[in-house]
Amino acid sequence: MPHLSGPRRIAVFGGIYNNASALLAAIDDARRRGAEEIHCLGDLGGFGPHPGRIPPILLENGIVVVQGNYEDSIGFDRDDCQCGYTDPRDNRFAQIAYDYTRRGTPAEFKAWYRRLPPTRRLPLGGRRLLLCHGSPRRQNEFLWRSTSPVVFLERLLREQAADVILCTHTGLHWSRTLPSGGQVINVGVLGRPANDGRTCVWYALLSATDERGAPLEVQFVPVLYDHQALALEMRREKLPEEFVETILTGWWTTCLEILPARERAAGRF
Amino acid sequence: MAFPRAPLLSLDTLWIQVAGTICNLRCTHCFISCAPDNHSHSMMSLAEVRRFLDEAVGLGVREYYFTGGEPFMNRDLPAILEETLRVGPATVLTNGLLLDPDRCRMLRALADGSEYSLDLRVSLDGWGPEDHDRIRGAGTFRRALEGAANLWAAGINPVITVSEAAEGVGTLDGRRRFLESLRRLGLSRPRFKVLSLFRMGAEATRSHGYGESERLSDVDLSRADLEALQCSSGRMVTSRGVYVCPLLIEEPSARMGRTLRETLRPFDLAYGACTTCHTSGVTCRT
Repeated sequence: MPHLSGPRRIAVFGGIYNNASALLAAIDDARRRGAEEIHCLGDLGGFGPHPGRIPPILLENGIVVVQGNYEDSIGFDRDDCQCGYTDPRDNRFAQIAYDYTRRGTPAEFKAWYRRLPPTRRLPLGGRRLLLCHGSPRRQNEFLWRSTSPVVFLERLLREQAADVILCTHTGLHWSRTLPSGGQVINVGVLGRPANDGRTCVWYALLSATDERGAPLEVQFVPVLYDHQALALEMRREKLPEEFVETILTGWWTTCLEILPARERAAGRF
Repeated sequence: MAFPRAPLLSLDTLWIQVAGTICNLRCTHCFISCAPDNHSHSMMSLAEVRRFLDEAVGLGVREYYFTGGEPFMNRDLPAILEETLRVGPATVLTNGLLLDPDRCRMLRALADGSEYSLDLRVSLDGWGPEDHDRIRGAGTFRRALEGAANLWAAGINPVITVSEAAEGVGTLDGRRRFLESLRRLGLSRPRFKVLSLFRMGAEATRSHGYGESERLSDVDLSRADLEALQCSSGRMVTSRGVYVCPLLIEEPSARMGRTLRETLRPFDLAYGACTTCHTSGVTCRT
């Protein structure tokens, strides 16, 4: 039962990238941990197989979705994913993933994609949460931990009149509690591992600590799923072997040039 | 003639001309003609940089880039980087010639001491010493690669920045071939960025300058076009004040003020370089 004054615990994830089995595992896990609401920060497609499987799972489970750059691109039938990569090899792989997802997304979901809001606000434990895909100001802005300094994040929170910003888009989860008490949380992605040599994927569980706006408790939760089965499906769909390798090893093989020095050094490639 | 106006949407990136126009090289393609004897913009002291850093922190700036000239000719650079890395990520653009093993170890220690990224960019201008040394001087290709290798040995993986003086490097195949050649030269996991050439300064002599028709006159720019321009999210500080961007520091009318706050206003895109920025989509950021 929802709490009378609003939820006390919510789960937030993003970047599903067509990974249906990770999505189902994350939903089960979040409910077991007592999440009263589940939110998705966009990028339902890309990278993995069978894009048509994702929207029904979200709709059937009452998951609230914010529009990612993928939903904008596919909803409005644009030529590319608008991920924001700058390197030609990164863009080539991004285009393969996008063209595959665009072809395979049933037309019936495109109107829904177009209608999704780019941001959403909700209260939790007396705090004002702002949910977005990349950043509150741009759907495809990358908020990496090592290049999102405290003073910049304080400014974003001030400009947005929010206590907590929740975002995804980079594929790497992190959170920072600021001197003002504000919080910025990148919830990570369900679609591919976090470039750490582990095959699990991640979502965030947020819990209110009181009703007066104290900082939320943030827990990043690893999700295990049948990644071997996913790899098999990706191969059957003739998706690039580079993508399959990432699923099987936990190391990113593509879309690397956008990584800042610190995040790049943490990976294998 | 009416030029499009670029609003400052958000001051996210601060460029710092930390070595002024003073360089240990005299490259024939340099868009601000940096050289050992070019004191047009002078070295910036720690105190001068600190004044801008303090202002930038107050404005919530996201990231800092250090350039010149050759930044490592500035003796204050280690202290400047240390202070910068307390408040945000820093990137240094270098020709690689002064990256001896001791300096690289010092940089690694600075990087380890910060929660923010310290990035190094080493510039190359050709597929090999023949092209590169013609632009930058004899022996500079080998020495730049040695500098990059010293960084790698110290645990820093630099971004190899290649200008389009290396013909064809911007294509997918050109990129692949360039990375293969870097791997053969011992850089096992090269990071990579391609930069456009700007036909100003020395480069205007090497190739040719911008013609009068190469201006963005009477062009309508969309919101996305404006967001892509670095002048909509950054400013450049030098010893002489605050300029609109890293490219136009020799244009008197591109000097927008003495402090960052004075420059939080739009800028008219009246220069040939503005055309290159807009049409190539390339920014000086990594």
